Amino acid sequence: MAGLTLASPSVERRASSPWRETWRRYCRHKLAVVGAVLLLILVAAVVFGPFFWHVSINDIDFNATLQGPSLAHPFGTDDLGQDLLARMLYGGRISLAVGLAAMMVSVIVGTLVGALAGMSRGALGHALMWLTDLFLSLPQLPLLLLLIYLFRDQLKAVFGPEGGIFILIVLVIGGLRWMPVARLVRAQFLSLREKEFVEAARAIGASPTRQVVRHILPNALGPVIIAGTIDVAAAIIAESTLSFLGLGFPPDTPTWGRLLYDAKDYLDISAHWALFPGAAIFIAVMAINFIGDGLRDALDARRVV
Amino acid sequence: MTPLLEIKGLKTHFGTDEGIVQAVDGVDITINKGETLCVVGESGCGKTVTAMSILKLIAMPPGRIVEGQIIFEGRDLVPLTSNELDEVRAKEIGFIFQEPMTSLNPVLTVGEQIAESLRRHDGLSRKDALARTIEMLKLVQIPNAEARVHDYPHQFSGGMRQRVMIAIALACRPKLVIADEPTTALDVTIQAQILDLLQDMKDRFGMAVMLITHAMGVVAETAQRVVVMYAGKVVEEASVERLFAQPSHPYTQGLIRSIPRIDLDSEHKARLETIGGAVPILINPAPGCRFAPRCRHAVSRCIETEPVLREIASGHRVACHLGEAP
Repeated sequence: MAGLTLASPSVERRASSPWRETWRRYCRHKLAVVGAVLLLILVAAVVFGPFFWHVSINDIDFNATLQGPSLAHPFGTDDLGQDLLARMLYGGRISLAVGLAAMMVSVIVGTLVGALAGMSRGALGHALMWLTDLFLSLPQLPLLLLLIYLFRDQLKAVFGPEGGIFILIVLVIGGLRWMPVARLVRAQFLSLREKEFVEAARAIGASPTRQVVRHILPNALGPVIIAGTIDVAAAIIAESTLSFLGLGFPPDTPTWGRLLYDAKDYLDISAHWALFPGAAIFIAVMAINFIGDGLRDALDARRVV
Repeated sequence: MTPLLEIKGLKTHFGTDEGIVQAVDGVDITINKGETLCVVGESGCGKTVTAMSILKLIAMPPGRIVEGQIIFEGRDLVPLTSNELDEVRAKEIGFIFQEPMTSLNPVLTVGEQIAESLRRHDGLSRKDALARTIEMLKLVQIPNAEARVHDYPHQFSGGMRQRVMIAIALACRPKLVIADEPTTALDVTIQAQILDLLQDMKDRFGMAVMLITHAMGVVAETAQRVVVMYAGKVVEEASVERLFAQPSHPYTQGLIRSIPRIDLDSEHKARLETIGGAVPILINPAPGCRFAPRCRHAVSRCIETEPVLREIASGHRVACHLGEAP
């Protein structure tokens, strides 16, 4: 702020729109730009990669099992001689989609619960917080297993094997990760709803919904965005865990987590099999965290950089 | 002439763990079209609660309007629901808050905040609202309004933020503006500018102003009529000239005596006078005059029976036993 008042602000005024300002602040965050570029490369690779790398993911070639990286197989092959690059490009779509979709579920549910609890002055708020505490105290892994055993077959029947398991995994992962977001949002709302500017909004006739959506929520978003990006990372890892336990997608669906699971028995003879999907998960998670950092700073209008 | 706003017997109470706080306890205030009425009193006298009660901006619960009517242009506002009141807020009655530093939303540009009520109440399109917003910013003398309309509150100084608050309150051309200590958070030179600006706006739009303050200097400069409040009650009401010439309630006299003066010569120079004590806590207040414990003229009657407002001259009313026929 000091820098701005020094050079007479009325002279060097630029009539830039708030969105350009946000973009400028984002670009000031070097790591966030690196993260965005990395994530873009990953997304572009899994979306468009299969159009350029025509090797089928299911071609079994027993003459080329467990090979290290080579020109024919840049990421090497697995124990059945299947091309790992092709499998990772295909599986990455699912891993990234699961991560983003589960994040959406947890952020939306968490924000809704937290906002309702934060605005309610009566029993509803308490009830919602009890529910949150209840969910927090559930042992997650056994519950995950139970839910998947219970509903896997029904959902598969309705949405097909991949669609059904995708919906189930997104709901299960997102549905067990909304509690931190809800608590965060509630805490923010409790303090924000007493602020003078909310009172000022009421004084110009803003309805309660409008007060929440326009005046309170945007002020509470910073921590939610951070929690959301952490959730993407956690969901990708959770999906890997499920696949690792053999409970995620069907065995022939090579998500990054599944690849790791399959590779675990060959770590000592062909480390590349685990290294590439592991690195992909690592890069995706790190990139998304950097992006979250940058977004938080960029969306905070008070931060003058 | 029917008054613009008539508050009759307003009682606003707050429930607390210690008991019911009678923050506003039977207040009558009238405001005529186009006049400036000052409400004075020290902190905790119920000035702000009275003002907030008009638009039901007090937190309910714990606050509650127990009794009374608030008649604005012939319509009682007390029974209205919050939704119905939304049509009155900003459109008919504008509100300027005390703290310009915290009363603006930090994540919205000032333009968006001024445009909000225009779009809400006057149904303007985004483009028309922007044009009106820039016009409002120019009216409140923000330089380079076309560019600054897209700035955020933190890019404005305290005085400029209060100008923005005034622009928000006046955007829909309300008939009454309630200004709750609009200059308290600002330094003295800015105070004068803001008061000038309010006067200027009033001349331009002809709205009535209810100015809440505890600074007698502000009262002398701006008001036509003055209401003095003490402990949730009106203790004196008069035109500004008459109030300063013949303050009749000991509390008003005390307030006027405690204005620092620069025109006394060295012989008369003494320590600044104050009113000893503090505003009583308004839970189960004792019978009798609420000012009696701090009043140097108090007699036994003051502690026993509560004085009522009586007219001692045209337009001059006071609630005090002194000078009453025994």
